Amino acid sequence: MTQRYVMSIDQGTTSTRCILFDQRGRLVSVTQREHKQHFPRPGWVEHDAVEIWRNLERIGPQALAQAGIGPGEVAAVGIANQRETTVLWDRRTGVPVTPAVVWQDTRTGTLVDELSRHPDAHVVRERCGLPLATYFSAPTVRWLLDDTDGLRERAERGEVLFGTMESWLIWNLTGGPDGGVHVTDVTNASRTLLMNLRDLDWDPVLLGFFGIPRAMLPEIRPSSETYGVARRVLPGVRISAALGDQQAALFGQTCFHRGEAKCTYGTGAFLLLNTGTEPVASTHGLLTTVGYQIGDQPAVYALEGSIAITGALVQWFRDGLGIIGTAPEIETLARTVDDNGGCYIVPAFSGLFAPHWRSEARGVIVGLTSYITKGHLARAVLEATGWQTREVVDAMNADAGIALTTLKVDGGMTSDNLLMQFIADVLDVPVVRPMVAETVSLGAAYAAGLAVGYWPDLEGLRRNWHRAAQWTPAMDPKRRADEYDNWRRAVERSFDWIKPTAGRAGP
Amino acid sequence: MPGPIQSIERAAAILRLLAQGSGRLGLTEIANSLGLARGTAHGILRTLQLVGFVEQDEATGKYQLGAALLHLGTSYLDVNELRSRAINWADALAARSGEAVRIGTHLQGRVLVVHHVFRPDDSLQTLDVGMLLPLHATAIGKVLLAFDANAAAALHDAVRDGELEQFTRRTARTQREMSRMLATVREHGWASDADEAGMGEAGVAAPIRGYGGLVVGAMGVSGATERICDSGGRPRPELVGYVRDAARAVSRDLGASRW
Ligand SMILES: Nc1ncnc2c1ncn2[C@@H]1O[C@H](COP(=O)(O)OP(=O)(O)OP(=O)(O)O)[C@@H](O)[C@H]1O
Ligand SMILES: [Mg+2]
Repeated sequence: MTQRYVMSIDQGTTSTRCILFDQRGRLVSVTQREHKQHFPRPGWVEHDAVEIWRNLERIGPQALAQAGIGPGEVAAVGIANQRETTVLWDRRTGVPVTPAVVWQDTRTGTLVDELSRHPDAHVVRERCGLPLATYFSAPTVRWLLDDTDGLRERAERGEVLFGTMESWLIWNLTGGPDGGVHVTDVTNASRTLLMNLRDLDWDPVLLGFFGIPRAMLPEIRPSSETYGVARRVLPGVRISAALGDQQAALFGQTCFHRGEAKCTYGTGAFLLLNTGTEPVASTHGLLTTVGYQIGDQPAVYALEGSIAITGALVQWFRDGLGIIGTAPEIETLARTVDDNGGCYIVPAFSGLFAPHWRSEARGVIVGLTSYITKGHLARAVLEATGWQTREVVDAMNADAGIALTTLKVDGGMTSDNLLMQFIADVLDVPVVRPMVAETVSLGAAYAAGLAVGYWPDLEGLRRNWHRAAQWTPAMDPKRRADEYDNWRRAVERSFDWIKPTAGRAGP
Repeated sequence: MPGPIQSIERAAAILRLLAQGSGRLGLTEIANSLGLARGTAHGILRTLQLVGFVEQDEATGKYQLGAALLHLGTSYLDVNELRSRAINWADALAARSGEAVRIGTHLQGRVLVVHHVFRPDDSLQTLDVGMLLPLHATAIGKVLLAFDANAAAALHDAVRDGELEQFTRRTARTQREMSRMLATVREHGWASDADEAGMGEAGVAAPIRGYGGLVVGAMGVSGATERICDSGGRPRPELVGYVRDAARAVSRDLGASRW
């Protein structure tokens, strides 16, 4: 039987998606399921890794059924995943030993402060390219090992395994306790603070610095390579790619050349710039990370501007405040007014990421007067995404020494026309959306298809890229400058909220 | 004439019950109040929940009236929500057909373009979102006229001196001509236009349906007549197939089960 399709699994922060693509990169079927967000304490964000696995067990076969095919017609499956989110599980039973700690979680704030004061703290950025922050996995693993009695010993004996979501899913797909393959890819490993950015292997100095036993870590593999064959859910299908979702989007946007960049708008937003086969250090608050690695070719690096909260602010407006019933209604509500009425929302829910890296910042709404309606607030919600993008684009331009001329975008928020126009307006460059809004999934599929020869080369993939929509800047320059100034003043007001002495919350 | 339908009567009773008092009731309370078996009440509640007339509190399991009921008078599906739900299939349709894709809903006697995907040839194009198109001269408009009673009523009001607005010599002129055309649209389940809104322009469209089959919009391709139509001036069958498949996929995602 001919293998006509490639499947992607996009295990995101809010949902898991399965998509089948055909040889021209066109979407053939799509299934999706949300999982619960647990907020047990202020600043804590957890997922249930078992719920996520169950969701995949459901939507994988559904995606095949929707296309009317069996697993035999799938050439390979590629996985893209929410990055940094930490799962620890028992190798023998396959049961997670703690809730999965999500990348937005700030429970390690105090620990990170302590670690930063350590005289050796400089080794972190030197070796892995990232700042010490609650965002990444290593502090979380350390915190969990400290928090649960006996866990460290079990981890040292290799009885408890660590993985980000792709590791967890691949291990389960390939048999779980019964022969599951424990691997991660270079892009995901590059987000742990434990991988040496040049060797692409676990760095003993970093393992020592964080006190994390090597025995619990997965093997680091290229992003595009067959890791094993699924024994469950998609029996017989080769698992041939894994990438962090943002790197997958870079790949799906076919940013294969140095200097090409994209921004993905989901829960957060992430601007990634391909910097070629050499890691480039940022002097403006961006991260150095691995973009992708195809088979045994040299890894391609990227500069990243990470924004923690964009779509999540819309989600909060919907679920936390109940002002809207669905996320897209934010646009409807925002269009009931002409401007923000002087109101700005800085969504520093998990502190501020790029380019500020202020973990002690917390969200603020400023400029409130009796004049402000929920319509103005809705505007401010969308504008927060625009201005945060402006900040990381400014940083990127400063680091790269040349200015971005268009912004390639993708992700769920790109269906919001008001927002996309606003981004074009505040950046003063055209914003372009490609024909596949699910670019994260497409990138994972591309990487998997390349590994098994379903697609011959990168250039062929580039020909699949087409412009689906474009928004052209139309904002008066004076207004842009004034509004940006207001935004920056609002951001300053979010700083220094969490007091440095505050101890770890709870027991 | 058939008698009243029991399950609809019971559903109405449940809604009345939830509209009274505290408005939050458990399954047993509801079943007992109406003298129904728990299974029967549960089935009705599940259906009401599906269409948004009833919501269930996750923590307590209690039922209350749903937001959709409170907004019955306003638009059934927010247009931005429609775009968001349709975007994947609209992209796939553009990629497959090689043509521009638009999604439209009815707004005061016109078609409001709520989504637009460029023709995938990377040529210079501008977004049509927010643009208004004539109902009677576009494929999308004809679908709305055929399946959305409010659109049809609005067109009726727009007729001046017994004549529809003319864009080309091929634009439908009379209500009667229109009725014949719409009968065909209903019969086939899709519509087309060729040189009717402008010379050299053509399109094919199919309905997007929500729960219960309610038409919430129309989705179609549009482009040069010589690409959309064959030499006989008829829309190319494979294009019609792509459009109908895409519209069906969106409808399925929106909860329309039979289409
Ligand atoms: N029309 C819209 N306007 C604004 N925000 C929107 C709109 N539609 C969706 N969103 C937001 O976009 C996000 C969903 O986008 P997407 O599906 O790409 O994210 P995701 O993949 O779930 O994110 P992640 O991968 O981080 O889980 C949600 O946070 C939602 O609030
Ligand atoms: Mg995502």
